[in-house]
Amino acid sequence: MANLATEFVGIKSPNPFWLASAPPTDKEYNVRRAFEAGWGGVVWKTLGEDGPPVVNVNGPRYGAVWGADRRLLGLNNIELITDRPLEVNLREIKAVKRDWPDRAMVVSLMVPCEEEAWKRILPLVEETGADGVELNFGCPHGMAERGMGSAVGQVPEYIEMVTRWCKANTRMPVIVKLTPNITDIRYPARAARKGGADAVSLINTINSITAVDLDTFSPEPSIDGKGTHGGYCGPAVKPIALNMVAEIARDPATAGLPISAIGGITTWRDAAEFLSMGAGTVQVCTAVMTYGFKIVEEMIEGLSLWMDEKGYASIDDFRGRAVPNVIDWQHLNLNYVTKARINPDLCIKCGRCYAACEDTSHQAISMSEDRVFEVKDEECVACNLCVNVCPVEGCITMERLAPGEVDPRTGQVVPAEPADWTVHPNNPAARAAE
Amino acid sequence: MANSPFTAGVVAGRLPPETLQENFSDIHPPFDAHEAAVAADRCYFCFDAPCMAACPTAIDIPMFIRQIQTGLPEAAARTIFEQNILGGMCARVCPTETLCEEACVRNEAEGQPVEIGRLQRYATDALMERGEHPFTRAAPTGRRVAVVGAGPAGLACAHRLAMHGHEVVIYDARPKAGGLNEYGIAAYKAPGGFASAEVEWLLKIGGITIENGKALGRDFTLEELRADFDAVFLAIGLAGVNALGLEGEERDNVLNAVDFIAELRQASDLASLPIGRDVVVIGGGMTAIDAAVQARLLGALNVTLVYRRGREKMAASVHEQELAAARGVHIITNARPVAVHGNGAVREVEFEYTVEEDGALKGTGETFRLAADQVFKAIGQRLEGVPEGLEISGGKIAVDAAGRTSLEGVWAGGDCASGGDDLTVTAVAEGRDAAEDIHAALS
Ligand SMILES: Cc1cc2nc3c(=O)[nH]c(=O)nc-3n(C[C@H](O)[C@H](O)[C@H](O)COP(=O)(O)OP(=O)(O)OC[C@H]3O[C@@H](n4cnc5c(N)ncnc54)[C@H](O)[C@@H]3O)c2cc1C
Ligand SMILES: Cc1cc2nc3c(=O)[nH]c(=O)nc-3n(C[C@H](O)[C@H](O)[C@H](O)COP(=O)(O)O)c2cc1C
Ligand code: SF4
Ligand code: SF4
Ligand code: SF4
Repeated sequence: MANLATEFVGIKSPNPFWLASAPPTDKEYNVRRAFEAGWGGVVWKTLGEDGPPVVNVNGPRYGAVWGADRRLLGLNNIELITDRPLEVNLREIKAVKRDWPDRAMVVSLMVPCEEEAWKRILPLVEETGADGVELNFGCPHGMAERGMGSAVGQVPEYIEMVTRWCKANTRMPVIVKLTPNITDIRYPARAARKGGADAVSLINTINSITAVDLDTFSPEPSIDGKGTHGGYCGPAVKPIALNMVAEIARDPATAGLPISAIGGITTWRDAAEFLSMGAGTVQVCTAVMTYGFKIVEEMIEGLSLWMDEKGYASIDDFRGRAVPNVIDWQHLNLNYVTKARINPDLCIKCGRCYAACEDTSHQAISMSEDRVFEVKDEECVACNLCVNVCPVEGCITMERLAPGEVDPRTGQVVPAEPADWTVHPNNPAARAAE
Repeated sequence: MANSPFTAGVVAGRLPPETLQENFSDIHPPFDAHEAAVAADRCYFCFDAPCMAACPTAIDIPMFIRQIQTGLPEAAARTIFEQNILGGMCARVCPTETLCEEACVRNEAEGQPVEIGRLQRYATDALMERGEHPFTRAAPTGRRVAVVGAGPAGLACAHRLAMHGHEVVIYDARPKAGGLNEYGIAAYKAPGGFASAEVEWLLKIGGITIENGKALGRDFTLEELRADFDAVFLAIGLAGVNALGLEGEERDNVLNAVDFIAELRQASDLASLPIGRDVVVIGGGMTAIDAAVQARLLGALNVTLVYRRGREKMAASVHEQELAAARGVHIITNARPVAVHGNGAVREVEFEYTVEEDGALKGTGETFRLAADQVFKAIGQRLEGVPEGLEISGGKIAVDAAGRTSLEGVWAGGDCASGGDDLTVTAVAEGRDAAEDIHAALS
């Protein structure tokens, strides 16, 4: 059986599945049960300064987006960092780490943007025996207004500065958690590396409003008829997280910087995708908040089964394998020509491909009197829309035209050699280079 | 309680009232909002949807299902009613397995169609429960149309004419309006007085008067109607019942299935309705199935449905046959009745096995007898009471595609008219389309 053991910035865990800093990791009771269920590690719910704890709203703090059968597709929250006293959290962290030495125990921190504040809290965390700290520069609501969380995470200079303070004041590995609420994720990641971060973790939640109540015109979740933007997470955010992880993994300025991936990870498959995109561990929040701790069994089983099938003995055998395949658009092979093919045996004749292509794309699908749907190669640009709207998996496929064949749409012979935009005749830059 | 399914003879109260109530409750309970959302989510919003083509009233099915998806069942209902004003009843009684749901592409995908009928019911119930009528009448035109028969065809025609501003008088021989919706449809398909509530709701359009207890041929003539009104629509259904033409047919307790069903539909107390212990139903259509099933539900011990040809020839759909089998009805095919035995009342029915050769039915000479203290004949209804002068074709009033008969100013539709299946939904379609043609003729 595949070995799932992970070492991430020197922190060992029996598997790469960690719980993200959030309600599931907000107290000893939860974390003990998570470890019993099999989770490899946790990032403890973000701690703040000593003193009166923050307060949360007393009305609903979550909003959601559902599928028709109430499948939770996206979750939104306006929760703050832990609202329990610092001393209680520290005591519990110490007790759990003592009893579960083989599990990763990372502590998330968010204190004001002054060196003294970080200097005060870091030794207290060290004293618990925790394996590392994660700097929460991501929380998009409540704390940002107080100059913390994403207010820091959106300014690369601050990230670098605070990271440097932390590195100077602790021997523990420092993971910097990034906010996605920024134009280009590479800048904060570069800043973290410059500040000496051992790793980055991402994404935190995305600014969002899930809905508007059409009777009261209050945003959701509604607190006394009003609402505020909250942080979006869950399955809906996975593609955004995956891209941001990829951007950091392939940026020469941050290449090799360890990444703990977060965002919409719900199944072993999601996890394997993030690992192949260069992540060293994955963190999960919404999926456990939806289904409970037990899902880790499916994740562990699924990942090892898949690895066994593929012959990967350890995670490092496939980690990062997808990264070199993420390239810039201008380097995509324009001589890769495909055409949509409809398998008449699988087609159920719903006509969705026809409606999509006819109304909104390239009028490349014909429909006969008796509902036989066929692709017109001379019109098909291979956009893939029909594949995406077809309700039958595998019914429409994209078939490559072999080199030497003529593309009926362009009348051109498909060349054997790849060629991209940089050398395309329509590219003014390419012409200039000639 | 004295009587049970084992009690000999034709007696009432074979089952306790609670069981009867349960037996005759909604066969397909309505969806709740979540069930509807899940069922609606299965619809692919097909292009040029095959289900829509299979609906005789051409309801825009993908559109109304999408409206349910977006949380507006009332808007969905409007989409339905625009095409089919009796969409509420059709949602309950249409053999969807041979209409829209048979055409649904999900059959091809996984053998499980979108539950269009139940979704249609969810939508129409939502609007009708509000007591709202979705349409308003156009300004009165001063034109008057007589409709004979207040069944689905007559009601659909009257409603569409009223919408266009014409004034309509419906004459019906029966004491209540609704036609077979009120007197024929199986009780568990439309419980709770739905048929009469639907008529009342439909009449809210205004401009329609119903005169019950008025029979064409008895109380007035077609000529009088043609003289008094600008147009006439005949929707008299099939009032006659085919006879077996057998020795002993006149014995007691040998009844027409439709009469039994009508009595059942009108009974205020099912426990007071007498039913046999050994019931034999003769026929292979929807009426035969409904009579057999309802006999079982009333507490008959043995119910046998006998059909003269092979199972594949039965007019009742496979779904209906399975329903009957599940309710404990024993179905015998390839046997035809040859005599009704008894002494005063029926005691036994004698059958002969048959074979079909090149479409012709032949007796094998081999016979058997079934014990019977009640026999229901369900071998078809036929046209009765057609006024003189109308061209007849295939036993029905001959009409063209627009419902015009051979007489100027007289239209016909529903079961009494040629063409189309004898179904509630086809009757509605024909009534509606005739109304449009009448409207065009009067404008
Ligand atoms: C037992 C049974 C069960 C059925 N079950 C189903 C089912 O589940 N689903 C389905 O789709 N279809 C079913 N049908 C068929 C369906 O009921 C008919 O196709 C439909 O009712 C036809 O409508 P209509 O308006 O043409 O006639 P009808 O509904 O028969 O209405 C005709 C009306 O005309 C009146 N009338 C007759 N003669 C005169 C006269 N001389 N003067 C004045 N008024 C007159 C009658 O009183 C009646 O009200 C069933 C039929 C039967 C008999
Ligand atoms: C209710 C809730 C509270 C959260 N609180 C914190 C927090 O205190 N600190 C933090 O770094 N991230 C917090 N997060 C963000 C999660 O750790 C995680 O980054 C995000 O939910 C994306 O992962 P997911 O899609 O698996 O949920 C919170 C998320 C939720 C849903
Ligand atoms: S790939 Fe695009 S252009 Fe080609 S048939 Fe499909 S939808 Fe049309
Ligand atoms: S979308 Fe798929 S199933 Fe539907 S008609 Fe097109 S090919 Fe067939
Ligand atoms: S055929 Fe089925 S899936 Fe397609 S529109 Fe009709 S109900 Fe929906």
